Amino acid sequence: MPDPVLTIDGLRIEATVHPPGEPSRDVVLVDGVSFSLPRGKVLGLIGESGAGKSTIGLSALGYGRGGVRITGGRIAVNGREILTGGAGALRSLRGHEVTYVAQSAAAAFNPAKRLMEQVVESTLAHGLATRAEAEARAVALFAKLGLPDPANFGRRYPHQVSGGQLQRAMTAMALCPQPDLVVFDEPTTALDVTTQIGVLAAIKDAIRDTGVAALYITHDLAVVAQVSDEILVLRHGKMVEHGEVRQIIDAPRQDYTRALVAVRETESAERPPTAQAVLTVRDVTARYAGAGADVLRGINVALGPGRTLAVVGESGSGKSTLARAITGLLPASEGRIEFAGRVLAPRLAERSRDDLRDIQMIYQMADVAMNPRQTIATIIGRPLELYFGMRGRARDARVAELLDAIELGQGFAHRYPAELSGGQKQRVCIARALAARPKLIICDEVTSALDPLVAEGILKLLAEIQAAEGVAYLFITHDLATVRAIADGIAVMHRGQVVRYGTRSEVLTPPFDDYTGLLLASVPEMRQGWLEDAIRSRRVPGSAAGLPDAPGPAILPGGQVVGAGS
Amino acid sequence: MHPLLKMVVQRVALGCLLLIAASVAIFAGTEVLPGDVAASVLGQSATPQALANLRAEMGLDEPATTRYFAWLLGALHGDLGTALSNKQDIAAAMGQRLGNTLFLASCAAAIAVPLSILLGLIAVRYRGRWPDRLISGVTLATVSVPEFLLGYIVIFALAVKYRLFPSVATIYAGMSLGEKLQVIALPVIVLVLVVLGHMMRMTRAAILNVMQSPYIETAELKGLRPFAIIARHAFPNAIAPVVNVVMINLAYLVVGVVVVEVVFVYPGMGQYLVDHVAKRDVPVVQACGLVFAAVYIGFNLLADILSILANPRLRHPR
Amino acid sequence: MMRVPPSALLGLLVTAVFFGGAILAPWISPYSYDATVGGVWEPATAAHWLGTDGIGRDVLSRMIWGGQITIWVATAATLLSFVTGSVLGFTAAVAGGWVDQALSRFVDLVMSVPSLIFALVVLSVMPVTLPVLILVMGLLDATRVFRLARAVAVDITVMDYVEAARLRGEGWGWIIFREILPNALSPLVAEMGLRFIFMVLFISTLSFLGLGVQPPLADWGGIVKENKDGIVYGIPAALYPAVAIATLAISVNLVADWILNRTTSLKGGRGA
Repeated sequence: MPDPVLTIDGLRIEATVHPPGEPSRDVVLVDGVSFSLPRGKVLGLIGESGAGKSTIGLSALGYGRGGVRITGGRIAVNGREILTGGAGALRSLRGHEVTYVAQSAAAAFNPAKRLMEQVVESTLAHGLATRAEAEARAVALFAKLGLPDPANFGRRYPHQVSGGQLQRAMTAMALCPQPDLVVFDEPTTALDVTTQIGVLAAIKDAIRDTGVAALYITHDLAVVAQVSDEILVLRHGKMVEHGEVRQIIDAPRQDYTRALVAVRETESAERPPTAQAVLTVRDVTARYAGAGADVLRGINVALGPGRTLAVVGESGSGKSTLARAITGLLPASEGRIEFAGRVLAPRLAERSRDDLRDIQMIYQMADVAMNPRQTIATIIGRPLELYFGMRGRARDARVAELLDAIELGQGFAHRYPAELSGGQKQRVCIARALAARPKLIICDEVTSALDPLVAEGILKLLAEIQAAEGVAYLFITHDLATVRAIADGIAVMHRGQVVRYGTRSEVLTPPFDDYTGLLLASVPEMRQGWLEDAIRSRRVPGSAAGLPDAPGPAILPGGQVVGAGS
Repeated sequence: MHPLLKMVVQRVALGCLLLIAASVAIFAGTEVLPGDVAASVLGQSATPQALANLRAEMGLDEPATTRYFAWLLGALHGDLGTALSNKQDIAAAMGQRLGNTLFLASCAAAIAVPLSILLGLIAVRYRGRWPDRLISGVTLATVSVPEFLLGYIVIFALAVKYRLFPSVATIYAGMSLGEKLQVIALPVIVLVLVVLGHMMRMTRAAILNVMQSPYIETAELKGLRPFAIIARHAFPNAIAPVVNVVMINLAYLVVGVVVVEVVFVYPGMGQYLVDHVAKRDVPVVQACGLVFAAVYIGFNLLADILSILANPRLRHPR
Repeated sequence: MMRVPPSALLGLLVTAVFFGGAILAPWISPYSYDATVGGVWEPATAAHWLGTDGIGRDVLSRMIWGGQITIWVATAATLLSFVTGSVLGFTAAVAGGWVDQALSRFVDLVMSVPSLIFALVVLSVMPVTLPVLILVMGLLDATRVFRLARAVAVDITVMDYVEAARLRGEGWGWIIFREILPNALSPLVAEMGLRFIFMVLFISTLSFLGLGVQPPLADWGGIVKENKDGIVYGIPAALYPAVAIATLAISVNLVADWILNRTTSLKGGRGA
């Protein structure tokens, strides 16, 4: 075996954290990580949030974010120790031998400079080529990565291109100095699924054609299975398992890896439609005040009692707007919403207290869905007071019951939201919704901010609650794996319209309409070779080149990244 | 029309509107009292006859709106009316003083702006270390002391104890530039100290904000030298916020000048305004208020326009 | 028990001493504020710790009494500005629509003229009495509090937990007092400190210009005005108020900084 590009041995990384109101302390982020990466190979680093994968990726450039320090072990690039060489040696390593592709290219590009200027910058700074040569290289990379009008693409500013294009441009920036190793840090996580597939294919082709070695960091096993040769599974900063892709996917040795692999394969039994509907949305059209066009157009869906309807779509498809129309936050301008045999007033202010009690909502970000100054007991107890007039002991008893129902235990009653983990917070939000004894709960991307295993626990809890209480779910999501795990019916939304609607099996069985076909074909599968098949099935001549990005930007003003949660 | 030009035109129009609004506010501010200007000029002992005469002379018999529009129309033509106290033409009396004030303020700005940017950069470069703490501590002290006290401290130290500069800044036409500069040295020092604190703190915050952006990390990971990172990546993005900071503080300076002029008996707009407030000479006060407001709004407008021009998203629309 | 950093503790202590001095002025000041008890501009002696002023009054006594007036006026104006500004700011944020537009545009209008200039314009026709001063300063400054309160409340009203409360059918009272106010309190209290300092500087400046507290009463700004002519003879009586104002301002600043830092660390939310 030729000498490896990157060798990491016994790596230990620590950081100083400053929790408010407590003395600062050191925490270990990464401990005892060792691996080596041969020339031209791709190693996938996978793990949940807090596993230390980005920290390890950046350590290959000798870089630590914030107060992060490498406190033990050895890192060698091209056989040369990088931690002992000093600042000058690190500078000649970065942007020359090792380069970096960030998760959010929109933030990682300097807004004040043209793309070409930034793409060739490291090549010129390290004296690797003349400006003319570097620009020619960049144009060739733009073409390879499937960017439109490669010769002129570099003249644009970052805000003038879409999110998918920026991620491709960032890849070109990393490849331009012809490095030996590229660190890809979740490069497609912020993109919509139909955009992701093209970028993924472009990155894979570029890695293959340039023969560069890569560290590919992601939380998505299916993605990493497409681009990597090997996979390293991390948890809490420690190595769990390291092996060939086929071995990790098909024959994982560790329980944790097995759980990660199995998590996407959960599939609920589909229940037949009911005769009556608890919620019927008829011809609903809505628009935001001052907006030129309708964001919802002629929506028709229905949901039976105790059943789950998944509303699926990408960012900007109108799926969350549909939830706002049902709750009355955004009154429908046309059509009507029938609920449990009555017609709901379009406006929130005109609805009765029973209408409000019957429809509860759970949000994507449990963090901001709970008042940070209220205890869990207040948060869960408030609907009991408001709707049922429960006070004192009766209320406390019911809160305790609900805390048991969400598997947290009564000890949580007097804590504040900030003291809970992400999954625990989401459970409290579920308890708050349950406290109202609703007939319908609208779940808006409730699992997309959570790690897969935690998300699976939440989905399981929701299913148990449904079986026990007979509550119906309107489940808004962009993730088709989640849909398979819970939905009885599916509505696919695209540009404010429902493009496909029916029972789960109907919607997921061909023949598909164009958009649903594209969406389904874009959801990554673990099977190796899936990416190539998917690209071929899109019937685009050649490889990734020329694949259109989804229309419109993936990044909203204010830098908020929409689309897939990470 | 280019969207950028459109935005600039919009801002200018908005600035003009705001100036009109300011004139309304200033005019209305002198109408808040149940009595009127004539009563407050003549005091409690005035006879009804004298009051009536003065009212007629000042045109106070007319409704307030009529008087406002007459006043505004005159101001637009450069006619600011006549002073009650000495019957002088206000515009003529103000001309020389406005020049003096602008001279003082621009000398202070010429020192304060580069100095505070430099200090802000030093504080950012050595963030959390002693130069940063020292600069932050000293500037906290200067912003905590009112301008006039700073003025007397400076007089006490530099004019009385060490006799380096005159304590009174008398300035008149015919002085040479060198003489003028020596005379205004103390007021300039005070004004610099007054705005330096705010300007340096805000500059520091603006640059820090830019330095924490992900694209600075990108630049670091390209292996660029620290100087190249600051010059090529931080600077272009810091221009807009820093320009904004400078303009906002120049507007503060315009106000600070009022007090400093009184301390140093400097024949400028501030002195003129304060004197006539004490004399209850309403037309002069209104005219001075309008001029100060115009300068203030002008600086804010300039800040707005410059930050629009520095924004690449607006300069290069999709 | 929360940990108070030493700088904030010092700030709290000094601020408390100043307020204590203001309250206890009648008992702790050695002489009356307007009695002539010595010669003109006597230097500091055991009888007159800070010397005497231009007409032979004890400077220390005048400083203590002046502190009472300064702190009292500034406190009253701050409270006025705070109550007016935050009530209107919250109303604008929660009500939105034309109420918000009308209030915000009005505040823009008042703020288009620098507040010192505006105060001078108004005081040129108003009788200069303490209530008028408090009213003018408090209402002019309320515009700044309005902007802050509105901004803070707008930030909070877009949070999902406020939306959740509206979806639950909560009334305005619950939303303002139980959802918004507890989260807005820290930045507002910190701002209150800064507004107080601003008020101290404002009243001092007005008095110095002769348009604030009228003789024989004097606040710290007035004491400077009375004794400024002594400066050229090297008599430092006019400088003592500088020390007092600066010390008070810095102390309150330290406390405000600490409160503000606590807010931002709470905003992180993931502390534990």
